[in-house]
Parts: sequence; C-alpha cells; structure tokens
Amino acid sequence: MSVKVSMKVNGKPVSAEVEARTLLVTFIRENLRLTGTHVGCDTAQCGACTVHMNGKAIKSCSIVAMQAEGADILTIEGVAHADGTLHPMQAAFKENHGLQCGFCTPGMVMNALDFAKSHPNPSEQEVRESLEGNLCRCTGYHNIVKSIMAGARAMAASK
Amino acid sequence: MTTSLIGARVARKEDYRFLTGAGQYTDDVALPHQTYAAFVRSPHAHASLKKISIDKAKKAPGVVAVYTGADLAAAKVGGLPCGWLITDVKGQPMKEPPYPSLAQGKVRHVGERVAVVIAESAAQAKDAAELIDVDYQVLPAVVDPKKAQSSKPIHESAPDNTCYVWAIGDKSQVDAAFAKAAHVTKLDFVNNRLVPNAIEPRSANATYSRADEGYTLYVASQNPHVERLLMTAFVLGLPESKVRVVAPDVGGGFGSKIYLYPEDVVVTWASRQLGRPVKWTAERSESFVSDAHGRDHVTTAELALDKDGKFLALRVRTTANMGAYLSTFASCIPTILYATLLAGQYTTPAIYCEVTAVFTNTTPVDAYRGAGRPEATYVVERLVETAAREMKIEPSEIRRRNFITQFPYQTPVALCYDTGNYGATLDAAMKMADVAHFPDRREQSLRKGKFRGLGYACYIEACGIAPSNVAGSLGARAGLFEAGEIRVHPTGTVTVFTGSHAHGQGHETTFAQVVADRLGLSMEQVEIVHGDTSKVLFGMGTYGSRSIAVGGTAIVKALDKVVAKGKKIAAHLLEASEGDIEYDRGTFKVAGTDKKKTFGEVAFAAYVPHNYPLDKLEPGLNENAFYDPTNFTFPAGSYVCEVEVDRETGATQIVAFTAVDDFGKIINPMIVEGQVHGGLTQGIGQALTEHTVYDDSGQLLSGSFADYSIPRASDVPLFKIDTRETPCTHNPLGVKGCGEAGAIGAPAAVMNAITDALGVKDLTMPATAQTVWRAMQKA
Repeated sequence: MSVKVSMKVNGKPVSAEVEARTLLVTFIRENLRLTGTHVGCDTAQCGACTVHMNGKAIKSCSIVAMQAEGADILTIEGVAHADGTLHPMQAAFKENHGLQCGFCTPGMVMNALDFAKSHPNPSEQEVRESLEGNLCRCTGYHNIVKSIMAGARAMAASK
Repeated sequence: MTTSLIGARVARKEDYRFLTGAGQYTDDVALPHQTYAAFVRSPHAHASLKKISIDKAKKAPGVVAVYTGADLAAAKVGGLPCGWLITDVKGQPMKEPPYPSLAQGKVRHVGERVAVVIAESAAQAKDAAELIDVDYQVLPAVVDPKKAQSSKPIHESAPDNTCYVWAIGDKSQVDAAFAKAAHVTKLDFVNNRLVPNAIEPRSANATYSRADEGYTLYVASQNPHVERLLMTAFVLGLPESKVRVVAPDVGGGFGSKIYLYPEDVVVTWASRQLGRPVKWTAERSESFVSDAHGRDHVTTAELALDKDGKFLALRVRTTANMGAYLSTFASCIPTILYATLLAGQYTTPAIYCEVTAVFTNTTPVDAYRGAGRPEATYVVERLVETAAREMKIEPSEIRRRNFITQFPYQTPVALCYDTGNYGATLDAAMKMADVAHFPDRREQSLRKGKFRGLGYACYIEACGIAPSNVAGSLGARAGLFEAGEIRVHPTGTVTVFTGSHAHGQGHETTFAQVVADRLGLSMEQVEIVHGDTSKVLFGMGTYGSRSIAVGGTAIVKALDKVVAKGKKIAAHLLEASEGDIEYDRGTFKVAGTDKKKTFGEVAFAAYVPHNYPLDKLEPGLNENAFYDPTNFTFPAGSYVCEVEVDRETGATQIVAFTAVDDFGKIINPMIVEGQVHGGLTQGIGQALTEHTVYDDSGQLLSGSFADYSIPRASDVPLFKIDTRETPCTHNPLGVKGCGEAGAIGAPAAVMNAITDALGVKDLTMPATAQTVWRAMQKA
C-alpha cells in the first residue's frame, strides 16, 4: 500500500509517495537523499538515526514516515548556519575532538542539541545520562562528554 | 619562522563533513539502476542442505534474481583464501577447509549465507528472502573450543576439528626452570569472545560496466587493495586492472573490516550477471553473526619465580577458537601476534607456548583491536599480579624487579625490542593515579558499603606490521610494506596518496601535518587521498597500529625524493651546484648566500620547464615510495585501574583509570588521546560488559545491542592519560603507533583491580554484576 506523506525537512516542504511501512529514516535517506542521518542498529539502541521532530530529538528508525505527516523535521544537514559555518554544538565537537569515524556523530549532535536546550550548563554526570540512547565505538565518550558540556555552554552564551 | 606541526594539536580536516552530514559512507552511495541484495542465512549452526526452494521468491514483486551456492559453483567462483599459512609442530601445513561465499551442501554456523535475493528495493529483497524455503538436516554442533576435538567433524579435511597445533619457545629449558622454581603461579583463563560492532554496519555496492569490462566495488573496508587482490586473484579470477575497489568514509573498523567477506564477492559477481549495481548493507543482527569476531581463547598458564620474585620461566597452553571457517588473517592471530608477546616488559629468560586452533560451529574469529596482543597481555599481567599477591610483594615492585632495561633486547619468543623505558611509564602512572593514597580511598569506599580495588597492567605490543621477509618466513602470504605518493602540483600545492586507510584515525590531518611540516607548507596546501585503488598506487591498509609507522614512513621516503629532485631543479635555477642547495621549510637556498627559490617556484619550473635542465632531468614533480620496515615497533605503557564494587549487588564501577603510554614521537596529541580513550573503553567493555553467549546448539543468544552490551557513556569515567617518549629507533619519524594500546592493556588492569577488591585469585571476564556477586558469595 502506498501513501502520500508531506512534511517540512530542514525548512523545506517535501512530499513523496511511499510504501506505508517506510520508516522515517528510510524516507529521509532514500527518498530525500539526505544521507547524514545514519542507521546503525535497526533496534533503536544506537541513536545514529536521531533527528528532531517538532523540536524534539527522536530516533527516526523507530517511527514510520506517515507518523511525521505535517511535522517539522530537522536533520544534521540543517544544523549549520546558512553560510556553512558550524553551529556552536558542531564547533564544540570539532574543537574537543568529539568524533572519530563520524558515523555516530550526526545522532550525537542532534541529541545534544535537544539536551542543551534544557541544560545550559550541564554536569559530566548529566551529559553521560543524556547519552543513554547513543552508542559510540570510537571515542570512549570522553571527548563527546567534553564537547557537549562546551557546546551547551556556548549555545547558552550565544542566546 | 614556522612553528613545527609535529606535536601540534591540529583540529581535524575531516570533521566538517562528518559534522554536517556530508560524509560519504558505502551505504550512502546510490548508483543509477541500483538493485539491492538480501541474504538468506542459516538459522542452524550445523546442518546439511537438502533442498533450497527459490521459485516463490523468484516470482515475488520486484525480484531481479535469486542465486544459491550452486550458481556460484557453476560459475567457478572460488572459496575465500586465508592470508597466513601456519605450519604445525610436526611440520605440516594447517588445515584450510573451503570457505564458500554461498553454502555448498552444508552450513557450519548460524548466519552462514545460503542464498541471495536481488530486487528493485531493499524491502522487496528482504520480503522475497522470507519466501525461500530451505530443507535443513540438522547435525550436532559444537561451540566450546575445549570440546571441539572430541566432537563430530565440521569439515571433511579436519576430522578432529583441529586447524593446527603450533608451538614457540624452548620447552625443555622451560621445564628445567620450573623444576627449580621457588614459587609457581598458575591460572586458567578464558579470553572472552567479542563482537566488534563498528557502528557503521558492513556494506558493499558493486557495479559492472560492459563498455570497459570493469567492476567498481564500494565497500566498507580497512584495506581496499588487499580486498581487491584477494577477490580478483583467488576468488573471481579477474585481472586486478579491471576491478576498482573504493572504501569511502568507513564508520569504524577495529579489525572487522580488514577481511574479504562473502557478501563482497557475491555482490561483485552478481553485478556482472545483472548488468546493474547491487548493494547490500548489513542489518545489525547480520553484523552480529557475520562480522568476524575477536579473541575466544581458553588458556592455562604458569609462571615460575625464584624466591625474590624474579621470573624464571613462563609456560602457556592455549586453545584458540577459529569459528567455522578460516577468516582472512585468523590463523596468525593466536600464534604470531600472540605468543611472540608473552615476554611482555620482562626479562623472563625461558618461555614456551603451545597453541591448538580448532574449528567450531560459530562465526569465524579473526583480528579485533589488539589482535593476539590483548590476549598475551592478559595472560602475563594477570599472572604477574597474582604472583606478587601470593608472594606478598607489592605488584609494582615485582614488575620493577623484572623490567627489561637494556636495549635492544632479544626475547626468547622471536621479537627484538629496539627501545623502551618501562620504569618511566610506571612511575608516571603511579604518581598520576596517586597510588600512595589508595589505602585512604579504600577505607572511604568501605564506609559507604563498597569494596575498592587497584590493579596494574604493564603492556607491550608489536606494531608497525611488518618486515615482509620476517612475516614471510612466519607464513604470511603477502608483503606488509606500505606505499605512498607525493604529487606536487604546478602551483606548489600537494596531493598525497597513501596506502593506509582511515576509518576514524584522522589520517587526513596527521599525515598532512607530517607533509606540511617537512615541506614547510600550510595544512591547507596538503590534501591526503586514501581508500581508492584507482587513485592510490598500492596499499596494505590499516590494522595493527601500522599507519603512521609504516604508511607515514612511506610518505616521508617519497618526500625525501621530492626534495632531492627539487634541489636539482633549484640548483639549475640558481646557477649553483646541487651539493650547495639546502632545503629549509619551503625554501631552496644556496648555502651561505641569500639566493633562494620557494617550493612553489621550483614546482612551477618542473611543470613549465622553459628554463629547465631537460637534458638531465625529467619535468614534473611526482614521487612514489614503498617502505618495508626493518623491525616491528614496540609501544608500551602502564595502566592503573581503580574500581568500586557494590557489596550488595556486585555492580562494578571504574572510579579512576590512569594510562601512561610510550608511543615514541607523537604527531598530533589530540588524536592520540582520542585513540587511547577509545581503546581503553573497548578494553573495559571486554572486562566488564561484553559477553558473547552461544547456547549448546550454536545459537548466538547475545545477538543485538539489547543483549550484547558495548560500553555506554555511563560505563566509563573521564580518563587520566599521559605519555612518555622513547623514539622508535628504526623509522625516520620515531613513531610507534597508538591505535590498539588501550584495548590491549585495559582488560588486565580492570580484572586485577576487581580481584584486588574482592580478595579472590581469579574471575572470568566479563565481570558483570552477576559474576562478581557470585564470586563474593564464594570468597
């Protein structure tokens, strides 16, 4: 069964005919060819597929595209400033070497952006707890934790 | 005056694309007329294939083709080769049973590929795969390596399920030393099987062009040239010139993406049958059963000491689980990369190790971060710590009494260490960890209901793999040099092609630092290219912490040639003799004068040779080098782990972890620290959380992230790390490699800490809360 889905992604209206079972992450990657959102586990454990739906971080592998009908979706491709300069959270990951292979990184950044809204100056412990749903196999989390702490403070300071 | 880029914390060139979603991983590659593959995998660990019914699947919506092992056999597609021949104690070659890409008559582990469905969409391929009916006759399975030799044969060519029995060292000398020992410490170890779990699942996308009869394979690989060599020469019988292998951005490897896998062969072969690109990307559940696993040793080891705690001899017997088939480098891991490291940092004069490698009905086992060296370190460092406790000698003191202090040092197990300073890293680690005040902290922990323990590990590893002639004499079927090319452009910018491959290590930055520093250019003027056989001249790839030591040195050798030719050009331009030209950070100068030409001017002259010694010198400025190392490099370090164990639940928390490593010269400390953090966390994962569980019928019970626990952010602390430096003596950068250290040293440090906390002699990894709680009940 195919259905028409329409939503706004990174500020632009998009729509497509998809099979009803199409996951939001598949819609984003295959239909829109926005391949910065990754699939790491298929079981909503790793968080590589994290995007924002109506301002909240969600795992796009765990809902079908139809559930995002009419929603406002933000993916990693929509995070940097219009002139291409990095968002303060992205810049913090770069400055603190918070990424290695880069595969979990988009999900980490999307999760951190949502977390930082409510935690302008988070503790190490709070950041570690916020990463419960995001797996990284490269960094040992050390520099991700530092990146998110610095990024959250930079976001608060730039308000 | 330019400041040196060597040792500078340069932010990574690759970060922008990863942070903005512009990375290009294999699954991100979509080709015109793309098709998608889904594999039918065996649900049984051991079974005969009676019948495979594919008719329903072939008629399913969107299906383009269905292939089984019979199709590959008819097309004479060969089995996967093993890259290392081990010769057994009787002088016989190891058993190498066929490793087909799609099962031939029998399946030997859960997850083995039985058929492939190719369709217009991934969903259609997966739907149709469900329609394939396979009639299996289930056979008895064996998963426990200790039971393999007495179980029903898995392969006809290995009736006792034994791949080889191999040994190193002088047995009689070792036995004699044990006979006169004042003390013997004996332990039984299980080095637990690990599932690598790079966060990017494996993926392969192949396309064939009738126009030039050429293939292109995009694949998540750590070594595209090796993948191409194995696939063309040994499996598909194609000329290498017709196959391009591209490993674009790769989302972590840890060893698991070194190997040639059946899926890569099948999509490449199928792309020609169909005349369309064929893509396969693993689901995580497929990764669990089809990516080569790591470790899986069962060992008994004994250390003989004199009355003062001096080590006299070490005797080790290991059974290594190869899984159902020999993966690409499986055979050399529990032998060449394991037993040769059993001297550790110590002067133990006599060592004997015997390794029995067996086949079982499990996923093949091969190199995983550290590859043999974590297993060796675990044996040595658990024994040493236990011996110290038994003999009432402070564990750091017993190590000091036995440290190697004179270099070069020839061990009794083949390796010759060129340099090191083990006391320096141990001193630094103990100070940083504040070992002196540990008793106070232990007291405080006890007051809040927690046992606190402290454990050491002083590891050594052999990296910079490898001198090809040495490797060849030990059974390697490939060279282990590395290649590099420096292409200087007419305006003086530089593209560097390296046979090393980056999948998180940041070579685009580190290697650019080396080149920019040597040539006196800015980072922006240097571009690093890797991971494409059509661009890079050759490469052995990245594993074994070899990239900077071998790949980096190849680049330096090519740079030397560029500078040498540049001097000839400059001599002509400056009307001086070549011997008087000096190169200093971007400028060719006539010694003792102010006459000079910039690097860019010389490059321009090479490409616009109007005023140029064309009678003596070719135009252009483009140099290659192949570098074959003369020895391994020997990174080493000292780790101190402190744990708290909850007395009620057995839950263990790493409360402090200190690592002081000697990697020789360091190019980018920021990147090195990141490698250490990641390695430590994988080592802590092995020690605390990662448990690969097969039931007796060969089903993998821990087959998802919900069941197999790779460390989460809350499982690890902020690490305290530092370095000490004894430069490698046999490569021009003085570098040793840093990628695996953490995973090598951490498990022993963690387990030494937990056994200290509990006051028990031994405990089996992973030390989950349940395992620790049970040990506490017995203690």
